[in-house]
Amino acid sequence: MFSIEVTNLKKSYGSSLKAVDNISFNVEHGEVFGLLGPNGAGKTTTIEIMEGLRARDSGNVKILGLDPWKDGYEVHKKIGVIPQDFTFFEKTTPKEAIDYYADLFNVKVDANAILKEVLLVEEKNHVFENLSGGQKQKMGLALSLVNSPDILFLDEPTTGLDPNARRAIWEVIRRLKTKGKTIILTTHYLDEAQQLSDRVAIMDHGHIVAMGTTEEIIQQYGSGERLEIHGSQQLTDYINANTELSGEYDTDTEIISIPLKKKIDMLAALAAAEQSGMKWGEIQTHQDSLEDVFIKLINEPLSEQEEEIETKTNKKGHR
Amino acid sequence: MVSLKRISVDFKVFSIGYLRNKFGLFFGLIFPVVLILIFGAIFSGGTGTINVYAQNQDTGAFGQNIGNQFLTALNESSTIKVITVDVSENFQDYLATHSVADGIVIPTNFTENYILEKQVNITVYGSPASSTSEIVMGTVNGYSNYFNLQRFNGTMIIGLTSATVNTKQTAYIDFLIPGLIGFSILTNPMFSLVNITADYKKNKLFKQLSLTPLTKIEWLIAKVLFYIALSVAGFLLMVGIGVFLFEAHITLSLWLIPFLFLGPLLFASLGMLVGTVAKNPETAGVIGNIVTFPMMFLAGTFFPIDIMPGYLQSIAHALPLFYVTEGLNNVMVYNNRSNALIDVTVLGIITLVIFVLAVKLFKWKED
Repeated sequence: MFSIEVTNLKKSYGSSLKAVDNISFNVEHGEVFGLLGPNGAGKTTTIEIMEGLRARDSGNVKILGLDPWKDGYEVHKKIGVIPQDFTFFEKTTPKEAIDYYADLFNVKVDANAILKEVLLVEEKNHVFENLSGGQKQKMGLALSLVNSPDILFLDEPTTGLDPNARRAIWEVIRRLKTKGKTIILTTHYLDEAQQLSDRVAIMDHGHIVAMGTTEEIIQQYGSGERLEIHGSQQLTDYINANTELSGEYDTDTEIISIPLKKKIDMLAALAAAEQSGMKWGEIQTHQDSLEDVFIKLINEPLSEQEEEIETKTNKKGHR
Repeated sequence: MVSLKRISVDFKVFSIGYLRNKFGLFFGLIFPVVLILIFGAIFSGGTGTINVYAQNQDTGAFGQNIGNQFLTALNESSTIKVITVDVSENFQDYLATHSVADGIVIPTNFTENYILEKQVNITVYGSPASSTSEIVMGTVNGYSNYFNLQRFNGTMIIGLTSATVNTKQTAYIDFLIPGLIGFSILTNPMFSLVNITADYKKNKLFKQLSLTPLTKIEWLIAKVLFYIALSVAGFLLMVGIGVFLFEAHITLSLWLIPFLFLGPLLFASLGMLVGTVAKNPETAGVIGNIVTFPMMFLAGTFFPIDIMPGYLQSIAHALPLFYVTEGLNNVMVYNNRSNALIDVTVLGIITLVIFVLAVKLFKWKED
């Protein structure tokens, strides 16, 4: 059984902005599922519909077999959530916040154990407003764990954090994964998705444009492995003429790029280069990263300015 | 189902947070007390006597000094305190250097003229800009008449007895205490809820709370209970200071309870309503001030509305806070229960409307 089933989900804001346009996916139990995409792609809308915070226009959503909008109360008992830009009561400490949530959910928890789990023991008595960005996110994580949820929704949990704080959050997420929690993670950091997710879905303008493990996506949409040799146009011609390979020469970088069907093709290329008697330099192999594929898929990568506009329209739609 | 446990849990966290916020604590409890101390000191006791500088140039005659008798009599009046200025001083310069307007000069041959029944004038210095000058003039005039009558062995036939409507005398402080209690019943929940509601909405904190079993009604009730507790604390503090420091006359009765209960409920709901309908915290702050400020001054907090012109009194009757302050006055000062009942009824209806509206319009989640 799937933890999450989303079928033909649609949501528009106003008449023009289709935030989510007919998307479907399933998430297995214990899986870390990454929702990737540029700002304004529809990630937060999707996640909020799954959390039962937002009504959908059409389509089906099942969270542990329940409808999150109609059975919100039951669903909320079984899920944990960190919203984007998590905030809390300014003058409340992490320890108090955990006790508060535990009392609201009417469960008994060991606040210290939870704080330890999210690496926030030392700051447990600091009021929220005095915590750093990373510590605030950790407190959000801690609160999402209070009701021992089966599913965790993490909406951009590391946005705006410094590299160390990000890695600390990753560490916590990995630990939660080993405990068998199903985790839905939205992010626009590709390395984060690659590091943490079992599978990812790449969203753009309300659509899912690619879905699978990162390897699958790279294989399907990437250009495969290439051998790169620092050399000349003549050498390129020589290799193309004497092997079955077809290299391309970039005059700016002076690099010959040769797509490899099999690893052994590399030997043929190098043998030809050696045979030619021409000069050649550094060699390396290159494979498309998720980032290369992402940029290819989101065909026009958003400039900073466009991103801002996208975010604004998105926000307007949220009201 | 509304859960008492969740209300008490939310109440506790909110109270701890509130007590840690020194700024809020200052405005919640200390500020009204400071106001009472300031207004109490300004208006109690000191108002009765006016300092008047007097120079007696009268040298006396026939073994008497009527000038001295006159000044002594003035000094014994309840309105004037005489401060004598030495004859060697130039009186006008003296008044100028001491920055005072009110003064009396009794001329050299005062006793002699008085006894010989010759016309003699006392000079009264005053300023048209000073409100005390007329009182000084009136008082001196009154005592002159009295001395004139005495000279011919006449008797005062018409006298004055001061009295007020009730059995006991009401002073400004008696009015000020219910007014300032009303002031804090208005400002504390109102400002706080406007701010919190707009802020939580912007920061998506409500969304987050909606993921817990806490409901919006429970959340609001917890806030209302907190502000009722704060109002009761403020009430006790202000009444205590009023009674012990300024000898205020206050009637305590169970009739106060509905006002201390409905007031915070009304203004917490109104604050939430403003925070809910405003687009962002900045607008919420502005709307909050527009709603709050007229009430702060026009609803009988710092001065009785009777002294205001008619149209302002009509406005006052349209302000919800008016029914809190008038009700408190009716109970605490005038002990007038039938009027207090009217105030409670009007207040109850306004509260119900605002509360229902606030709860209806206020949303945890978005569509």
